[in-house]
Amino acid sequence: MARPRHSYEGVAVAVPVTVPYVRYSTHGAHWFLGQAVAALVEGAGITKDQIDGLCVSSFSLAPDTAVGVTQHLGLSPRWLDHIPTGGASGVMALRRAARAVQAGDADIVACVGADTNHVDSFRQTLGAFSNFARDATYPYGAGGPNSIFAFITANYMRTYGATRADFGRIAVSQRDNALKNPNALFKKPLALAEYMAAKPISDPIHLFDCVMPCAGAEAFLVMSEERARDLGLAHVVVRAGIERHNAYAQDPVMVRGGWLADRDELYAQAGIAPADIDFVQTYDDYPVIVMMQFEDLGFCAKGEGPAFVRSHTLTHDGSFPNNTSGGQLSCGQAGAAAGFLGMTEGIRQLTDQAGEHTVPGAQLGLVAGFGMVTYDRCLCTGAIILGRST
Amino acid sequence: MTMPLMHPKRKNPLLRTRQLNLPPGARGRVALGLTAAASEGRFELQVCEACNAVQYPPREACLCCLSSQLKWRAQSGEGSLLATTTLHHSNDLFFRERLPWRLGLVHLDAGPTVMAHLHGEVGEAPTRVNIGARLDRAGQAVLIAFPFQGSADMADDKMLREMTSDPKFRKVLVTDGKTELGQAIVRALVKAGADIVWVGHAEPWKKAGSGLDDIAALPQVTLVPLDLTNGRSVTELAGEIGGKVDIVINNAEVHRTYGIASRRGTDVAKAEMDINYFGLLRLAQEFGPALKGRSADGETGATAWVNLLSIYALSNFPPHGTFSASKAAAHSLAQCLRAEMRPAGIRVINLFPGPIDDEWNEQMPAPKLTAQSLAASIVKALRDGVEDVYPGDVAQEWLERWRDNPKVLERELAAGG
Repeated sequence: MARPRHSYEGVAVAVPVTVPYVRYSTHGAHWFLGQAVAALVEGAGITKDQIDGLCVSSFSLAPDTAVGVTQHLGLSPRWLDHIPTGGASGVMALRRAARAVQAGDADIVACVGADTNHVDSFRQTLGAFSNFARDATYPYGAGGPNSIFAFITANYMRTYGATRADFGRIAVSQRDNALKNPNALFKKPLALAEYMAAKPISDPIHLFDCVMPCAGAEAFLVMSEERARDLGLAHVVVRAGIERHNAYAQDPVMVRGGWLADRDELYAQAGIAPADIDFVQTYDDYPVIVMMQFEDLGFCAKGEGPAFVRSHTLTHDGSFPNNTSGGQLSCGQAGAAAGFLGMTEGIRQLTDQAGEHTVPGAQLGLVAGFGMVTYDRCLCTGAIILGRST
Repeated sequence: MTMPLMHPKRKNPLLRTRQLNLPPGARGRVALGLTAAASEGRFELQVCEACNAVQYPPREACLCCLSSQLKWRAQSGEGSLLATTTLHHSNDLFFRERLPWRLGLVHLDAGPTVMAHLHGEVGEAPTRVNIGARLDRAGQAVLIAFPFQGSADMADDKMLREMTSDPKFRKVLVTDGKTELGQAIVRALVKAGADIVWVGHAEPWKKAGSGLDDIAALPQVTLVPLDLTNGRSVTELAGEIGGKVDIVINNAEVHRTYGIASRRGTDVAKAEMDINYFGLLRLAQEFGPALKGRSADGETGATAWVNLLSIYALSNFPPHGTFSASKAAAHSLAQCLRAEMRPAGIRVINLFPGPIDDEWNEQMPAPKLTAQSLAASIVKALRDGVEDVYPGDVAQEWLERWRDNPKVLERELAAGG
């Protein structure tokens, strides 16, 4: 029996910030980081010197790391973290920052995911993404994770009887949510027929199964509840958190994610059951992964994902609200900021800042992360349960 | 079934010649082990010496026991196809021009899961496949899933033609048609479906001789004057056919016996160097650029350069001491040629045969290579797309000894073999 983990009691998450997304930008990553930190400072009504902890996630920062950002932005934190883990970085940033605040190593931690996107930077990122990708996937022409997720999707469809239309329900519902989110890059409604008729990218992955790379930033502050109250900030509390890396490495092809290994502990720490969750922010690099999260996070059994999406409405006002901002499938994938998108949206939902895409009466939300296809699957998984502050 | 390749239409000179793009060629140092094996036609993966776990992608520590003792070992390649996909989109320029392109995810029986190019005769998942390693157009190893039983035309597969240098429908220059070996090479190329074979002979004013006459009578064959000791002769021929040649096979050589003390002066050694080393240099300077410019020119574009070296190039065989030295020089130059041709997608194939059964190896005991078997190994090397070939039992044995311990081999060769 493992030692019981400490709770995240007393930790507040506040000031969800989104630096508006653009398809391409001539700015560097530091510009988006600077804008994000400025918005955090302004939103919290503090001075930038009061930020004494910084956690950064970015793909386009090189050759700088988080410490270079401190000099660039004139910050002098006493706690610093750099987490190059993409889609899992929002969950991981919060887990780390929460512990720093609990331990007293930092008072106010700024967590920022930011990336720029130049016209050719996506292609260049792909070729140098990881050693394994350079040696064993990039030479095969896929030019990114599309073909890997095509394999995972094809295998899932064959094994569990999912159809393209099942994945289409996920994408279409997210677009409906996005139409109510002014920051989403996609402004046009998406009909299921349009999803089905989209051009193939890498069978069975078609156009609307893929995210659109863009530039932007997402950020939030982590501090003690006491501090948040003193500053008069609307905030949420952290009910539970898990992460797992390189889970189920023996599976020849990915059919489950690391969430499955730790979900019992997640719900035990929060003292709740999956049915108590009011909304989920899944990591949606491809719809098949959303479906896997429904299964692996305990909302339905393995293989029941297709039936689950057929029997639920997934919009913000539906029976199972998922990716209420529109997710990256409809907002755009701003590099590492995509790993923070679900977190800022979760904070907004539980602090009544979600505007037209509000989940009515939400008390508890689950935010999942999934990051880093270094070879044939994503390695990092994580999840956080956020609760409304009472 | 693979659709047999049809004879390409005559090129319309007004249309654009496709520009060169190569598949992504960057690899880490460890991953080059896959390329090293594939360049000799083998599929090897790292195997842990401590716990026998098979590793992929290539790595620095065993994924099971963390041992650093990972050795490249031959693999059967048998596995199960888990899923397939057809790329309709690629960010990579090489693949963009060749879409749609089919890929598969294969669970090897040996353990790892690999991504592979799919031969057109491989069906949908789930099915059994055989993984092999091939050099792609960038000269780096990639994995290919083959069907267990291929059809007769499987070499014509569109994806495979991008990797290999099959002589079918290609135009080939063989630099010396006067020897029995040269004539065997020409016959093998014609049998393999070569479109045109230009055959060099150094002294066109002399009577060709019966063997060359027979070759010249083949409809695919054109005799051309070519003297590798004469720069102008090489330049003139390159001006005439350089823009059309898809494969160069440089089999011209001078071979005399003896080492240093058995003969006075340097005339013989110079003659060997003039053909075996400088001949290659002259040829490469004139034909190299022309080949490079046409390496993406349709399905029968320029593709390969073959050098006839010798197993003596690896370690000097004193009874053929000066010849060994000239072949060692040629080997070194061929490595330079390979480095210069690779960025253009042209494969340089080096042959390191043991003694050939000709007049200059009279004193060598059997086994000796027949001209026919050496010619067959050239065609096979082109079809398989390999880089280094060591034909025959003697070459294989010397290679094994050289890899085991070059110093021991040197002592053994000094003692006569």
